[in-house]
Amino acid sequence: MRGSIRGSGTASVATNLELTHATATATLAPRLGAVEAVAQFIRRKPLGAAGAFIILGMMVVAASAPVVAPYDAYRADYGQQFARPSAEHWFGTDEFGRDVLSRIMFGARIALFVGFTASFVGCTIGGLLGVMSAYLGGKVDLLLERLMDILLAFPQLILALAIASILGPAVPNVVIAIAIPIIPRAARIVRATALSVKENVYVEAVNALGASRHRIVLRHIVPNVVAPYIIIVTAQLGGAILAEAALSYLGLGAAEPTPSWGLMLSGSALSYAEKAPWIPIFPGIAISLGVFGFNLFGDSLRDALDPKLRAGR
Amino acid sequence: MRTYIAKRLLLIIPTLLGAATLVFVIMRVIPGDVALLIFGGDQAGHIDPKQLAAMRQQLGLDQPLVVQFGTWLWGVLRLDFGKSLWTGQPVIEELLIRLPLSLELALLATVVSVIISIPLGMLAAVRQDSWVDYAIRIFSIGGLAIPGFWVGILTILALVIFFGWGPPLEFTPPWVNPWANLSMMIWPVLTVGYRYAAVTTRMTRSTVLEVLREDYIRTAWAKGLRERAVVIRHALKNAMLPVITLIGTEFAFLIGGLVVTETVFTLNGIGRFVVDAVAHRDYPVVQALVFLIASGFVVINLLVDLTYAWFDPRIRYR
Repeated sequence: MRGSIRGSGTASVATNLELTHATATATLAPRLGAVEAVAQFIRRKPLGAAGAFIILGMMVVAASAPVVAPYDAYRADYGQQFARPSAEHWFGTDEFGRDVLSRIMFGARIALFVGFTASFVGCTIGGLLGVMSAYLGGKVDLLLERLMDILLAFPQLILALAIASILGPAVPNVVIAIAIPIIPRAARIVRATALSVKENVYVEAVNALGASRHRIVLRHIVPNVVAPYIIIVTAQLGGAILAEAALSYLGLGAAEPTPSWGLMLSGSALSYAEKAPWIPIFPGIAISLGVFGFNLFGDSLRDALDPKLRAGR
Repeated sequence: MRTYIAKRLLLIIPTLLGAATLVFVIMRVIPGDVALLIFGGDQAGHIDPKQLAAMRQQLGLDQPLVVQFGTWLWGVLRLDFGKSLWTGQPVIEELLIRLPLSLELALLATVVSVIISIPLGMLAAVRQDSWVDYAIRIFSIGGLAIPGFWVGILTILALVIFFGWGPPLEFTPPWVNPWANLSMMIWPVLTVGYRYAAVTTRMTRSTVLEVLREDYIRTAWAKGLRERAVVIRHALKNAMLPVITLIGTEFAFLIGGLVVTETVFTLNGIGRFVVDAVAHRDYPVVQALVFLIASGFVVINLLVDLTYAWFDPRIRYR
């Protein structure tokens, strides 16, 4: 059954690509200015625009954290433990008297860093393997496919957990632990697209013209798998941020005193929660809002690039 | 059909063998001394080299890699994963004690998610780009965005503050006292179920959307059928099969949910067993559990594929 599903998937991807191409040229025909283009995006995809807005906000907070944050995110102040949210500490303080708002602001840097690098590294390695698999075919394809099957046999979080447990708690290790389970998922999708691109007449034509393998792959196949690649990268971003939070929550991600959102929810947060509910509430809102933004944006992007799901009536 | 089943069953062997190899590679070949980690890593200060050597010997780490690999595979074949370093009990026994709780949680969460997600996903697809669709999409994208452990923390917090609720410590099997069991499981089930429902709602929506573009739906409309008949009799019936398959394949999602939810609610199931084993640096347990979870996942995927094959007469198998 795998074979047949993949077969039909490939066919639909082929038509999708053609359609995407057609609609892309159609919408581009009247050249839009940047402002108009943004306005049009907001009108057509209000949810996507809201997502983009949240992402932008998160980036601004992350970039300006050292200037804007009211306190040092790392410094403990034992006179100020468990301070209620007030004018001095908008989101209160934690069990070490650290300002929760400042820690959330610096935490945005960790979340964005881990999210972007893990998703980018995983999808790029996966994408390259997918193109290789599709273009070289034969034994290489078979071998890579089997390898991807094995990686896919592990639930994403379980594989990340196992890798993180061996590498130890640190931010770069979290990136590796989250990126590896993304590889087979990206490889699958890119391979399917690349396979259908390979069957196009123009590839046959450049092949007949005597173009080198390098040239065919780089100039004709890779540009055509960029759309699905971008879709997977955005689709994985939210999941990667969430995975970082989960690993840190379980004590396998960033280590204290790093202001990671997941870590802020872990360990003592629950035991103090009755006395100081702001300690678990605000970081949770930050994670949810951030991931929500990335998911909204990713969804709209996929809807826009995948005309099959567009309203047709 | 019979050859297809046989072929799929045979294909499971290399996949499981590969999974066993991968687990071995992750646990033994990636740099990092397991014996050292058990004693607290590099930061632990002075470690008695004799103790370290004894631990290496106990774990079989003093053997050549090939021998270690052979021992591991032989153990996998006999379902003998050695003993837990923490409790000294055989890993497989510890696992069997915890299995019923996780199975119940997974099953109930699946039921909850199906009840919520199929009507919602269908409604969102039928009313695409209306406010109903937006509300349902926000519900489902929100469910994906909100971390399961945070929902768990908030639930416990609310229960403790408003109802003076304390988490029960002992697992009561449903066949002993169904009411005690349910009152313990309901909150974790809803926590996992909501997240799971979010995923399936999205999938149902996009599958129904695809089906609604099919020619036979246009024909149904053209025949002058009422919307109810078109949606339920024609669209939903055809969309159900992929949705059922996807519920199976998204099982991985469920396992991830179990890991964090059992940890938050301090339920003694498989998910928390993994987390505890990692925290205790109980590597024989981690290794065994990661492999067994992967095997369970592979078997479930196979069952889902076979169900699909059974129900969809259009599919021809090579």
